[in-house]
Amino acid sequence: MKHARVMVNGMVLNATETDGQVLLEDGRRLWQDQVTWLPPLAPVDRPRTILALGLNYADHARELAFKAPEEPLVFLKGERSLNGHREQTVRPPGVQFMHYECELAVVMGRKAKKVKRDDAHDFIAGYTVANDYAIRDYLENWYRPNLRVKNRDGATPLGPWLVDAKDIANPMDLALRTTVNGKVTQEGNTKDMIFDVPFLIAYFSSFMTLNPGDLILTGTPDGVVDCQPGDVVVTEIEGIGALMNTISSS
Amino acid sequence: MSLVKRGTVYGTLMNFRGELEALGDRMNEPPYQAPPKAPVLYIKPANTWTENGGAIPLPAHVPEVEVGATVAMVMKSAREIAGFVLMNDVSIPHESLFRPPVKFKCLDGFLGIGDRIRARNEAGDPAVFKLEVRVNGELKQTVRFSQLLRSADQLLADVSEFMTLGEGDMLMLGCDVGRPRVRVGDRVQVSMPALGTLTNSFVAEAA
Repeated sequence: MKHARVMVNGMVLNATETDGQVLLEDGRRLWQDQVTWLPPLAPVDRPRTILALGLNYADHARELAFKAPEEPLVFLKGERSLNGHREQTVRPPGVQFMHYECELAVVMGRKAKKVKRDDAHDFIAGYTVANDYAIRDYLENWYRPNLRVKNRDGATPLGPWLVDAKDIANPMDLALRTTVNGKVTQEGNTKDMIFDVPFLIAYFSSFMTLNPGDLILTGTPDGVVDCQPGDVVVTEIEGIGALMNTISSS
Repeated sequence: MSLVKRGTVYGTLMNFRGELEALGDRMNEPPYQAPPKAPVLYIKPANTWTENGGAIPLPAHVPEVEVGATVAMVMKSAREIAGFVLMNDVSIPHESLFRPPVKFKCLDGFLGIGDRIRARNEAGDPAVFKLEVRVNGELKQTVRFSQLLRSADQLLADVSEFMTLGEGDMLMLGCDVGRPRVRVGDRVQVSMPALGTLTNSFVAEAA
């Protein structure tokens, strides 16, 4: 099943997908443009941990002129970086290179500590799509990628749907695709990840406890291009969903 | 800890003059190429939080850790500071500052958080904050916030340029060099008269 959280007339409601439409928990059925989309995540008591991978596809690592990492390159984000489907993300004035990153996002379903790779799937609640924008102008070589690049307000759209893990037969063989104004600019497949999802859960949980609702954004393949205000960016993953975002100037 | 449970905790690297002096010319060499321009931040996620009095577990493969004694601003809103609180920001010692320090700083329990939040009119001017760090009762470090590169207000302004803080979020002012190293069995106290004492003991992680 595909789950969403949406706002209608100021009320936050859970919803599910039905024939491409949004079925609200109160029974109403609306079109996607009739609701305000929130990240498809149930509220949690404490701030959720958001782990994000850099250089986790060999082709993207080459594109950025790095040799493939020997262990995961991971950084953290705060929750304020998240944004909903069909929302806007700001391109600050004067920057030269702001690009999207289409990523499979894993939502944890159980408390995970020292999980074995073979058991990792049991700890996953589901999957959604993330667009982990980066503004390369702000890159500095201290704890890189630094938060000024990767933790900007609303610069990590997430959604539209959280798809139950049991509905995805093999998360390591899903096509990814990004379009900018309808033109395909990025294509890849999750099978090309350097560190796959079970490895990542085993690796992170070997030194830190992951809790239900925590997120792992698994990195992006080759094909990132600069985006300008007004551009409509759709990051899509096979069987998970198509996440739309528009770049704004303020 | 009611305020603490809601927000994200951010740490700040390279905000003490001593940190820059220690690196010296190496800041201009690979992989860094230049001294930092914007504030260098990291996140201490919820799994790292340990209350005052709580024990911090060290995994068997970690013989010693660094104690980063500091003060955090606790936010009331994007621009308003509710108050200041003591922090014991624990790290596995690491040389390179090139990549985000998740595996060095985000282990379970690796952030002691004080239980006394005091507004500026009670805590005083952060530019003259002075912390004392004791290990097993012995004074090991005195941290003087007169040595900050960016003052508390300047840090908040510069961070707010690229991200918004909200109610309950916390922003640490930075950890000076000379951080004491501790092992299983040690007891660390971070204290400042207006903010009280934050005490954490270090224990072996349960197998």
